[in-house]
Amino acid sequence: MKKGIFTVVSNREIAKNTYEMVLSGDTSAITAPGQFVNIELQGFYLRRPISVCDVERSSLTIIYKVVGKGTEYMSRLSAGAELDLLSGLGNGYSLGESGERPLLIGGGAGVPPMYELCKVLLKEGKKPVVIMGFNTEDEIFYRERFEALGAETVVATADGSVGVKGFVTDGMDTVGEYSYVYVCGPEPMLKAVYDKSVTSGQFSFEERMGCGFGACMGCTCKTKYGSKRICKDGPVLFKEEIIW
Amino acid sequence: MVNTEVTLSGVKLSNPVIPASGTFGYGYEFSELYDINILGALSFKGTTKEPRFGNPTPRIAEAEGGLLNAVGLQNPGIDKVISEELPRLRKVFRKPIVANISGFSVDEYAYCCERIDKEEQVEIIEVNISCPNVHNGGMSFGTTTEGASEVARAVKSVTKKPVYMKLSPNVTDIAAIAEACVNAGADGISLINTLMGMRLDLRRRKPIIANVTGGLSGPCVFPVALRMVWQVYERVKVPIMGLGGVSSAEDVIEMMLAGATAVQVGAANLKDPYASMNIINRLPQVMEKLGIDNLSEIIGGAH
Ligand SMILES: Cc1cc2nc3c(=O)[nH]c(=O)nc-3n(C[C@H](O)[C@H](O)[C@H](O)COP(=O)(O)OP(=O)(O)OC[C@H]3O[C@@H](n4cnc5c(N)ncnc54)[C@H](O)[C@@H]3O)c2cc1C
Ligand SMILES: Cc1cc2nc3c(=O)[nH]c(=O)nc-3n(C[C@H](O)[C@H](O)[C@H](O)COP(=O)(O)O)c2cc1C
Ligand code: FES
Repeated sequence: MKKGIFTVVSNREIAKNTYEMVLSGDTSAITAPGQFVNIELQGFYLRRPISVCDVERSSLTIIYKVVGKGTEYMSRLSAGAELDLLSGLGNGYSLGESGERPLLIGGGAGVPPMYELCKVLLKEGKKPVVIMGFNTEDEIFYRERFEALGAETVVATADGSVGVKGFVTDGMDTVGEYSYVYVCGPEPMLKAVYDKSVTSGQFSFEERMGCGFGACMGCTCKTKYGSKRICKDGPVLFKEEIIW
Repeated sequence: MVNTEVTLSGVKLSNPVIPASGTFGYGYEFSELYDINILGALSFKGTTKEPRFGNPTPRIAEAEGGLLNAVGLQNPGIDKVISEELPRLRKVFRKPIVANISGFSVDEYAYCCERIDKEEQVEIIEVNISCPNVHNGGMSFGTTTEGASEVARAVKSVTKKPVYMKLSPNVTDIAAIAEACVNAGADGISLINTLMGMRLDLRRRKPIIANVTGGLSGPCVFPVALRMVWQVYERVKVPIMGLGGVSSAEDVIEMMLAGATAVQVGAANLKDPYASMNIINRLPQVMEKLGIDNLSEIIGGAH
């Protein structure tokens, strides 16, 4: 973990209520896809945890949905604004188990961490298949970005306006055999993929956080291997250890 | 050179700043960021006889100028704290340890204190009779003079180490509870623990915290904590560890002027993991600005 000041490079709406923010600063603490940053916002006591979507040596990208006052405040920041971040938080996804053709399944605000994961897996010569789920067409983001990376990409929309009609699990029916699943999204979606997937996998969880770095025990969940802090021992849990 | 030393019941601290129980784990996360030996002491996570998972999540909610928590005393239990956590902490921390102990019965408090008494690095025992987040325990002992003095007496009978009773602010007369503890033999008083509160999720129309209520802490409680330190100082003659919303070197001095001998920093560590370090580093500067040479001379100075 590192604490540092980052500068907003850009902040733009890329889909309905969904913003992409590029920040420049020292990203050296970020070591794995699926890790998150915890962002201090002026006027709010608690920091906001947001997944890292893309990372370079001195910049990172996050994508966030406006759901409350904090994310609303973030959406109003413009280039040049400074933010205090704790970076390199959480365990992130482990790559060793992926096999040749892993599924990267993201739902809504769970799509962003799949981008960095997809990049790294492609670099390692794997053939990841990305399944992204949204409610409606106007919520879709980053489809072209994933395609530009060269990953096979499936979109599912709940209203059927684009791609497969239904949920990410309906998208799973269309992709054939796969070697592993990497998943991030709302808990009902995680559970649905957990039940449907025929391989092992890794699932990223959300919890309300007091600190984000393991000190307060605010985010603990039960696993088959004992209590774990979502912020420090997670957010990514292996399929085998999850207790619903 | 200003002097930041203070003495708590014979225990010398290089400065009065102590991370508060539950907001600093066992120090490891922070020792990766800075040398935690700059701290005056450290109060570790509340420990009970048996391991506890704690409350269901969500356990955290935000408030204006603070947060609510209902962790519910998650801890590995006294055996593991002694066999695993303390040896690990010892590797990174050589300063006095304040052992924070909780219980669900008078016997449990006494049992844990007797066990922790044997740990050399533990120089002060802080007895939490004020946790608002567990049922049938914790705070119920801290809200009556009888309950508080019963625990204090039991604990004092099993240890020679200084015992500080940690009081709940969720009472009508905090000074009366403090006095009862002192009459039962307590060597000092720690205050305050969190103030009971709650928040609702407007979309779900339900409480945010699974436990329904949680304990409020952070800068928003500072004036309440300060007032209570003031009242307790007027009533009892034992040293006080003051806490509740302390976030700056100025807050430390304000707490001390109200009557605190040492000052604990809680929620501030969660918002900024460097908070305790920054407070300690700024303390000499702020003392100089205020014309304070010797920090221990200002204790209760506002009375
Ligand atoms: C590890 C992790 C990674 C995340 N990554 C992303 C991401 O990449 N993109 C994205 O859009 N969202 C992400 N979230 C969810 C994001 O943290 C919340 O949407 C955000 O904190 C809401 O803040 P707010 O002030 O707008 O909402 P409010 O409801 O006003 O927030 C009040 C409090 O509740 C907390 N809170 C509210 N919703 C959540 C939630 N779902 N999870 C955790 N805390 C919450 C806030 O942090 C704040 O402390 C992530 C959450 C976690 C735990
Ligand atoms: C997440 C969290 C966990 C806590 N756990 C304990 C605990 O185990 N034992 C205890 O005596 N106090 C506990 N407290 C209370 C703090 O030690 C302190 O009394 C209170 O938070 C007020 O100080 P603050 O405003 O500086 O946070 C906890 C507080 C927080 C925020
Ligand atoms: S949020 Fe504090 S331990 Fe996870």
